[in-house]
Amino acid sequence: MSKQDDTAGPVAAPVTEARGTRIDPRLLEILVCPLTKSTLEYDSAKQELISRAAKLAYPIRDGIPIMLPEEARSLEE
Amino acid sequence: MQHAAAPNAERLVFDRALVRARLARAIRRGAVDFLLARAADDLGDRLATVLREFKLALDLGTPGGHVTKRLLQRDRLGAVVRAAPLREPTAPGLLALVADEEALPFAPARFDLIVSALALQWANDLPGALIQIRRALKPDGLLLGCLVGGRTLFELRQALASAEVEIEGGASPRVAPFTDVRDMGGLLQRAGFALPVADVDTIVVRYADPIRLMYDLRAMGATNALSQRRRTPLKRAVLLRACEVYAEQFADTDGRIRATFELVWFSGWSPHESQPKPARPGSASIRLADALGVAEIRPKDAS
Repeated sequence: MSKQDDTAGPVAAPVTEARGTRIDPRLLEILVCPLTKSTLEYDSAKQELISRAAKLAYPIRDGIPIMLPEEARSLEE
Repeated sequence: MQHAAAPNAERLVFDRALVRARLARAIRRGAVDFLLARAADDLGDRLATVLREFKLALDLGTPGGHVTKRLLQRDRLGAVVRAAPLREPTAPGLLALVADEEALPFAPARFDLIVSALALQWANDLPGALIQIRRALKPDGLLLGCLVGGRTLFELRQALASAEVEIEGGASPRVAPFTDVRDMGGLLQRAGFALPVADVDTIVVRYADPIRLMYDLRAMGATNALSQRRRTPLKRAVLLRACEVYAEQFADTDGRIRATFELVWFSGWSPHESQPKPARPGSASIRLADALGVAEIRPKDAS
Protein backbone atom coordinates (compact mmCIF):
# COMPACT_ATOMS: atom_id res chain seq x y z
CA MET A 1 0.00 0.00 0.00
CA SER A 2 1.62 3.25 -1.06
CA LYS A 3 1.20 6.10 1.38
CA GLN A 4 1.33 9.02 -1.04
CA ASP A 5 -1.34 7.50 -3.26
CA ASP A 6 -4.86 8.93 -3.11
CA THR A 7 -6.11 5.38 -2.64
CA ALA A 8 -4.00 4.76 0.48
CA GLY A 9 -5.85 3.40 3.51
CA PRO A 10 -8.38 5.36 5.49
CA VAL A 11 -6.91 8.29 7.38
CA ALA A 12 -9.64 10.42 8.87
CA ALA A 13 -9.74 13.86 10.36
CA PRO A 14 -7.40 14.37 13.33
CA VAL A 15 -8.55 12.10 16.11
CA THR A 16 -8.72 13.78 19.50
CA GLU A 17 -6.99 11.80 22.23
CA ALA A 18 -9.55 9.54 23.81
CA ARG A 19 -9.90 9.88 27.55
CA GLY A 20 -9.74 6.17 28.14
CA THR A 21 -7.76 4.14 25.66
CA ARG A 22 -9.25 0.85 26.83
CA ILE A 23 -11.84 -0.87 24.75
CA ASP A 24 -15.35 -0.90 26.20
CA PRO A 25 -16.12 -4.45 27.40
CA ARG A 26 -19.61 -4.20 25.87
CA LEU A 27 -17.92 -4.07 22.44
CA LEU A 28 -16.03 -7.29 23.16
CA GLU A 29 -19.39 -9.02 23.63
CA ILE A 30 -20.66 -8.19 20.17
CA LEU A 31 -17.57 -8.27 17.95
CA VAL A 32 -16.50 -11.20 15.77
CA CYS A 33 -14.00 -11.52 12.93
CA PRO A 34 -15.51 -9.74 9.88
CA LEU A 35 -14.14 -12.37 7.49
CA THR A 36 -14.83 -15.63 9.30
CA LYS A 37 -17.45 -14.46 11.87
CA SER A 38 -15.50 -16.46 14.45
CA THR A 39 -14.85 -15.29 18.01
CA LEU A 40 -11.95 -12.99 18.78
CA GLU A 41 -9.31 -13.09 21.48
CA TYR A 42 -8.53 -9.80 23.21
CA ASP A 43 -4.82 -9.12 23.66
CA SER A 44 -4.79 -6.24 26.14
CA ALA A 45 -0.99 -5.84 26.10
CA LYS A 46 -0.78 -5.42 22.34
CA GLN A 47 -4.24 -3.82 22.07
CA GLU A 48 -5.31 -6.24 19.38
CA LEU A 49 -8.29 -8.46 18.63
CA ILE A 50 -7.02 -11.77 17.31
CA SER A 51 -8.89 -13.96 14.84
CA ARG A 52 -7.28 -17.42 14.89
CA ALA A 53 -9.51 -18.55 11.99
CA ALA A 54 -8.47 -15.69 9.67
CA LYS A 55 -4.92 -15.53 11.14
CA LEU A 56 -5.32 -11.78 11.55
CA ALA A 57 -4.87 -9.34 14.43
CA TYR A 58 -7.18 -6.31 14.29
CA PRO A 59 -5.68 -3.24 15.96
CA ILE A 60 -7.40 -1.24 18.72
CA ARG A 61 -6.39 2.43 18.49
CA ASP A 62 -7.36 4.75 21.35
CA GLY A 63 -9.93 2.18 22.42
CA ILE A 64 -11.48 1.99 18.92
CA PRO A 65 -11.26 -1.42 17.25
CA ILE A 66 -10.38 -1.15 13.56
CA MET A 67 -12.26 -4.11 12.10
CA LEU A 68 -10.91 -3.79 8.54
CA PRO A 69 -9.06 -6.82 7.14
CA GLU A 70 -6.70 -4.54 5.18
CA GLU A 71 -5.68 -2.78 8.42
CA ALA A 72 -5.11 -6.03 10.31
CA ARG A 73 -1.74 -7.59 11.03
CA SER A 74 -1.19 -11.00 9.47
CA LEU A 75 -0.29 -13.74 11.98
CA GLU A 76 1.30 -15.91 9.29
CA GLU A 77 5.03 -15.71 8.88
CA MET B 1 -4.56 -1.76 -3.10
CA GLN B 2 -5.40 -5.44 -2.84
CA HIS B 3 -8.29 -6.14 -0.52
CA ALA B 4 -7.73 -9.23 1.61
CA ALA B 5 -11.33 -10.39 1.14
CA ALA B 6 -11.53 -9.63 -2.58
CA PRO B 7 -8.93 -11.39 -4.73
CA ASN B 8 -10.74 -10.36 -7.93
CA ALA B 9 -10.99 -6.70 -6.96
CA GLU B 10 -10.92 -5.50 -10.58
CA ARG B 11 -14.32 -7.14 -11.15
CA LEU B 12 -15.99 -5.24 -8.33
CA VAL B 13 -18.13 -2.21 -9.14
CA PHE B 14 -16.76 0.08 -6.44
CA ASP B 15 -13.22 0.60 -5.24
CA ARG B 16 -14.09 0.67 -1.54
CA ALA B 17 -10.67 1.76 -0.33
CA LEU B 18 -11.02 4.72 -2.69
CA VAL B 19 -14.52 5.44 -1.37
CA ARG B 20 -13.04 5.69 2.15
CA ALA B 21 -10.09 7.79 0.95
CA ARG B 22 -12.45 10.22 -0.83
CA LEU B 23 -14.60 10.49 2.28
CA ALA B 24 -11.53 11.09 4.45
CA ARG B 25 -10.41 13.88 2.13
CA ALA B 26 -13.87 15.46 2.20
CA ILE B 27 -14.00 15.37 6.03
CA ARG B 28 -10.48 16.83 6.35
CA ARG B 29 -11.49 19.74 4.13
CA GLY B 30 -14.86 20.36 5.75
CA ALA B 31 -17.49 18.21 4.12
CA VAL B 32 -20.59 19.48 2.33
CA ASP B 33 -23.25 17.51 4.13
CA PHE B 34 -26.70 18.94 3.34
CA LEU B 35 -27.87 15.51 2.18
CA LEU B 36 -26.69 13.91 5.41
CA ALA B 37 -28.33 16.57 7.55
CA ARG B 38 -31.61 16.05 5.71
CA ALA B 39 -31.31 12.27 5.95
CA ALA B 40 -30.61 12.48 9.70
CA ASP B 41 -33.68 14.68 10.30
CA ASP B 42 -35.84 12.37 8.23
CA LEU B 43 -34.48 9.31 10.01
CA GLY B 44 -35.20 10.90 13.39
CA ASP B 45 -38.79 11.59 12.33
CA ARG B 46 -39.31 8.09 10.96
CA LEU B 47 -37.89 6.56 14.11
CA ALA B 48 -40.11 8.72 16.31
CA THR B 49 -43.14 6.87 14.93
CA VAL B 50 -41.81 3.53 16.20
CA LEU B 51 -43.06 3.21 19.76
CA ARG B 52 -40.72 0.72 21.27
CA GLU B 53 -37.56 0.61 23.25
CA PHE B 54 -34.33 -0.26 21.47
CA LYS B 55 -31.82 -1.54 24.00
CA LEU B 56 -28.87 -1.70 21.63
CA ALA B 57 -28.72 0.32 18.41
CA LEU B 58 -26.13 0.42 15.64
CA ASP B 59 -25.34 3.31 13.30
CA LEU B 60 -23.80 1.49 10.38
CA GLY B 61 -21.47 3.29 8.02
CA THR B 62 -23.22 6.67 8.00
CA PRO B 63 -20.62 9.33 7.13
CA GLY B 64 -20.32 12.05 9.78
CA GLY B 65 -22.06 12.28 13.12
CA HIS B 66 -25.55 13.59 12.24
CA VAL B 67 -27.38 10.30 12.55
CA THR B 68 -25.56 9.17 15.69
CA LYS B 69 -26.46 12.48 17.31
CA ARG B 70 -30.14 11.95 16.49
CA LEU B 71 -29.99 8.44 17.94
CA LEU B 72 -28.43 9.65 21.18
CA GLN B 73 -31.26 12.21 21.54
CA ARG B 74 -33.95 9.56 21.40
CA ASP B 75 -35.73 8.36 24.52
CA ARG B 76 -36.43 4.67 24.76
CA LEU B 77 -32.92 3.90 23.54
CA GLY B 78 -30.15 2.09 25.39
CA ALA B 79 -26.57 2.00 24.13
CA VAL B 80 -25.50 3.17 20.67
CA VAL B 81 -22.77 1.42 18.69
CA ARG B 82 -21.22 3.48 15.92
CA ALA B 83 -19.58 1.48 13.12
CA ALA B 84 -17.83 4.27 11.23
CA PRO B 85 -16.24 4.02 7.80
CA LEU B 86 -13.18 5.90 9.14
CA ARG B 87 -11.53 6.70 12.43
CA GLU B 88 -13.10 9.82 13.84
CA PRO B 89 -13.41 11.71 17.12
CA THR B 90 -15.80 9.78 19.34
CA ALA B 91 -18.73 11.24 21.22
CA PRO B 92 -19.31 10.42 24.87
CA GLY B 93 -21.71 7.55 25.49
CA LEU B 94 -20.88 5.93 22.18
CA LEU B 95 -19.39 2.49 21.52
CA ALA B 96 -17.20 3.24 18.51
CA LEU B 97 -15.44 1.02 16.01
CA VAL B 98 -14.35 1.16 12.39
CA ALA B 99 -15.91 -1.40 10.04
CA ASP B 100 -16.77 -2.14 6.43
CA GLU B 101 -20.51 -2.52 5.75
CA GLU B 102 -19.73 -5.45 3.48
CA ALA B 103 -17.83 -7.40 6.15
CA LEU B 104 -19.71 -6.83 9.39
CA PRO B 105 -17.80 -7.76 12.54
CA PHE B 106 -20.89 -8.53 14.64
CA ALA B 107 -22.06 -11.71 16.31
CA PRO B 108 -25.58 -12.89 15.37
CA ALA B 109 -28.72 -11.41 16.97
CA ARG B 110 -27.14 -8.55 18.90
CA PHE B 111 -28.98 -5.37 17.88
CA ASP B 112 -32.55 -4.17 18.38
CA LEU B 113 -32.11 -1.44 15.78
CA ILE B 114 -29.71 -0.83 12.89
CA VAL B 115 -29.74 2.48 11.03
CA SER B 116 -27.62 3.51 8.05
CA ALA B 117 -27.78 6.68 5.96
CA LEU B 118 -26.08 7.32 2.62
CA ALA B 119 -23.58 4.50 2.97
CA LEU B 120 -24.95 1.35 1.34
CA GLN B 121 -24.98 2.79 -2.20
CA TRP B 122 -21.24 2.04 -2.25
CA ALA B 123 -21.73 -1.63 -1.45
CA ASN B 124 -20.48 -3.98 -4.16
CA ASP B 125 -22.76 -6.70 -2.84
CA LEU B 126 -25.86 -5.03 -1.44
CA PRO B 127 -27.85 -8.29 -1.02
CA GLY B 128 -24.89 -9.74 0.92
CA ALA B 129 -24.64 -6.65 3.12
CA LEU B 130 -28.40 -6.79 3.84
CA ILE B 131 -28.16 -10.46 4.82
CA GLN B 132 -25.33 -9.67 7.25
CA ILE B 133 -27.39 -6.82 8.71
CA ARG B 134 -30.43 -9.07 9.17
CA ARG B 135 -28.28 -11.64 10.98
CA ALA B 136 -26.87 -9.00 13.32
CA LEU B 137 -30.43 -8.00 14.31
CA LYS B 138 -32.27 -9.72 17.13
CA PRO B 139 -35.59 -11.33 16.14
CA ASP B 140 -38.10 -8.50 15.63
CA GLY B 141 -35.22 -6.01 15.28
CA LEU B 142 -35.61 -3.07 12.90
CA LEU B 143 -33.45 -1.94 9.99
CA LEU B 144 -34.08 1.66 8.88
CA GLY B 145 -31.94 3.56 6.45
CA CYS B 146 -31.48 5.26 3.12
CA LEU B 147 -29.08 5.10 0.22
CA VAL B 148 -28.48 7.14 -2.89
CA GLY B 149 -30.97 5.99 -5.51
CA GLY B 150 -31.06 5.32 -9.25
CA ARG B 151 -32.11 8.72 -10.60
CA THR B 152 -29.45 10.59 -8.67
CA LEU B 153 -27.40 12.93 -10.87
CA PHE B 154 -29.11 11.69 -14.06
CA GLU B 155 -28.54 15.14 -15.56
CA LEU B 156 -24.79 14.96 -14.97
CA ARG B 157 -24.64 11.38 -16.19
CA GLN B 158 -26.37 12.32 -19.47
CA ALA B 159 -24.33 15.50 -20.01
CA LEU B 160 -21.00 13.76 -19.45
CA ALA B 161 -21.92 10.78 -21.61
CA SER B 162 -23.10 12.84 -24.57
CA ALA B 163 -20.08 15.18 -24.38
CA GLU B 164 -17.72 12.22 -24.23
CA VAL B 165 -19.40 10.50 -27.17
CA GLU B 166 -19.25 13.71 -29.21
CA ILE B 167 -15.58 14.44 -28.55
CA GLU B 168 -13.99 11.07 -27.87
CA GLY B 169 -16.30 8.79 -29.80
CA GLY B 170 -17.20 6.70 -26.73
CA ALA B 171 -18.34 7.01 -23.13
CA SER B 172 -16.78 5.72 -19.91
CA PRO B 173 -18.60 5.26 -16.60
CA ARG B 174 -18.40 8.51 -14.63
CA VAL B 175 -21.51 8.47 -12.46
CA ALA B 176 -22.10 5.36 -10.39
CA PRO B 177 -25.01 2.99 -10.98
CA PHE B 178 -27.41 3.26 -8.03
CA THR B 179 -30.16 1.03 -6.73
CA ASP B 180 -33.68 1.69 -7.94
CA VAL B 181 -36.46 1.99 -5.38
CA ARG B 182 -38.34 -0.72 -7.27
CA ASP B 183 -35.52 -3.16 -6.58
CA MET B 184 -35.10 -2.26 -2.92
CA GLY B 185 -38.22 -3.98 -1.55
CA GLY B 186 -37.29 -7.17 -3.38
CA LEU B 187 -33.72 -7.04 -2.10
CA LEU B 188 -34.95 -6.69 1.49
CA GLN B 189 -37.33 -9.59 1.05
CA ARG B 190 -34.64 -11.81 -0.45
CA ALA B 191 -32.33 -10.90 2.43
CA GLY B 192 -34.98 -12.35 4.77
CA PHE B 193 -36.58 -9.18 6.11
CA ALA B 194 -40.24 -9.17 7.10
CA LEU B 195 -42.58 -6.28 6.26
CA PRO B 196 -40.12 -4.62 3.85
CA VAL B 197 -40.91 -1.05 2.79
CA ALA B 198 -39.08 1.24 0.37
CA ASP B 199 -39.92 4.79 -0.68
CA VAL B 200 -38.18 7.72 -2.36
CA ASP B 201 -37.30 11.24 -1.28
CA THR B 202 -36.30 13.31 -4.30
CA ILE B 203 -34.24 16.44 -3.70
CA VAL B 204 -33.54 18.90 -6.51
CA VAL B 205 -30.65 21.23 -5.83
CA ARG B 206 -30.01 24.26 -8.03
CA TYR B 207 -26.51 25.44 -8.84
CA ALA B 208 -25.12 28.44 -10.73
CA ASP B 209 -23.32 26.04 -13.08
CA PRO B 210 -22.23 22.39 -13.33
CA ILE B 211 -18.73 23.17 -12.02
CA ARG B 212 -20.23 24.25 -8.67
CA LEU B 213 -22.10 20.96 -8.55
CA MET B 214 -18.86 19.05 -9.14
CA TYR B 215 -17.12 20.99 -6.36
CA ASP B 216 -19.95 19.98 -4.04
CA LEU B 217 -19.70 16.33 -5.07
CA ARG B 218 -15.99 16.38 -4.29
CA ALA B 219 -16.72 18.02 -0.93
CA MET B 220 -19.22 15.24 -0.20
CA GLY B 221 -16.51 12.68 -0.96
CA ALA B 222 -18.78 11.50 -3.75
CA THR B 223 -16.59 11.71 -6.82
CA ASN B 224 -16.09 8.70 -9.08
CA ALA B 225 -15.00 5.57 -7.17
CA LEU B 226 -15.91 3.02 -9.81
CA SER B 227 -13.37 0.23 -10.26
CA GLN B 228 -13.78 0.60 -14.03
CA ARG B 229 -13.36 4.37 -13.99
CA ARG B 230 -10.97 5.92 -16.47
CA ARG B 231 -7.67 6.61 -14.74
CA THR B 232 -6.98 9.69 -16.85
CA PRO B 233 -8.57 12.98 -15.80
CA LEU B 234 -11.55 14.30 -17.68
CA LYS B 235 -10.34 16.24 -20.74
CA ARG B 236 -10.96 19.96 -20.59
CA ALA B 237 -12.85 19.90 -23.90
CA VAL B 238 -15.16 17.14 -22.66
CA LEU B 239 -15.77 18.95 -19.39
CA LEU B 240 -16.61 22.22 -21.14
CA ARG B 241 -18.93 20.48 -23.62
CA ALA B 242 -20.62 18.58 -20.76
CA CYS B 243 -21.25 21.91 -19.00
CA GLU B 244 -22.83 23.27 -22.21
CA VAL B 245 -25.04 20.21 -22.66
CA TYR B 246 -26.02 20.36 -18.98
CA ALA B 247 -26.98 24.04 -19.25
CA GLU B 248 -28.90 23.46 -22.52
CA GLN B 249 -30.95 20.57 -21.22
CA PHE B 250 -31.29 21.02 -17.47
CA ALA B 251 -31.35 24.74 -16.73
CA ASP B 252 -34.26 26.67 -15.29
CA THR B 253 -35.41 29.90 -16.95
CA ASP B 254 -33.14 31.93 -14.65
CA GLY B 255 -30.11 30.02 -15.98
CA ARG B 256 -29.43 27.98 -12.82
CA ILE B 257 -29.00 24.27 -13.40
CA ARG B 258 -30.84 21.47 -11.61
CA ALA B 259 -29.20 18.47 -9.98
CA THR B 260 -31.42 15.64 -8.78
CA PHE B 261 -30.58 13.60 -5.71
CA GLU B 262 -32.74 10.63 -4.87
CA LEU B 263 -32.71 9.07 -1.42
CA VAL B 264 -34.18 5.57 -1.37
CA TRP B 265 -35.51 4.88 2.12
CA PHE B 266 -35.89 1.33 3.28
CA SER B 267 -37.03 -0.51 6.38
CA GLY B 268 -37.57 -4.10 7.32
CA TRP B 269 -37.87 -6.26 10.40
CA SER B 270 -35.93 -9.30 11.35
CA PRO B 271 -38.57 -12.08 11.33
CA HIS B 272 -40.42 -12.94 14.53
CA GLU B 273 -43.51 -15.01 15.41
CA SER B 274 -45.47 -11.96 16.58
CA GLN B 275 -45.37 -10.24 13.18
CA PRO B 276 -48.39 -10.26 10.86
CA LYS B 277 -48.07 -12.74 8.02
CA PRO B 278 -50.20 -13.72 5.05
CA ALA B 279 -52.37 -16.76 5.86
CA ARG B 280 -51.58 -20.09 4.20
CA PRO B 281 -53.61 -20.74 1.02
CA GLY B 282 -56.67 -22.84 1.88
CA SER B 283 -56.59 -21.86 5.57
CA ALA B 284 -59.61 -19.54 5.37
CA SER B 285 -62.46 -20.35 7.80
CA ILE B 286 -65.23 -18.51 5.93
CA ARG B 287 -65.99 -18.43 2.24
CA LEU B 288 -65.14 -15.34 0.21
CA ALA B 289 -68.64 -15.40 -1.32
CA ASP B 290 -70.18 -15.20 2.19
CA ALA B 291 -67.91 -12.32 3.15
CA LEU B 292 -68.94 -10.45 -0.01
CA GLY B 293 -72.58 -11.47 0.35
CA VAL B 294 -72.88 -12.84 -3.18
CA ALA B 295 -73.66 -16.23 -4.71
CA GLU B 296 -70.59 -18.37 -5.29
CA ILE B 297 -69.99 -19.32 -8.92
CA ARG B 298 -67.88 -22.44 -9.23
CA PRO B 299 -65.67 -22.92 -12.32
CA LYS B 300 -67.87 -25.85 -13.42
CA ASP B 301 -71.03 -23.72 -13.35
CA ALA B 302 -69.40 -20.74 -15.00
CA SER B 303 -68.87 -22.17 -18.47
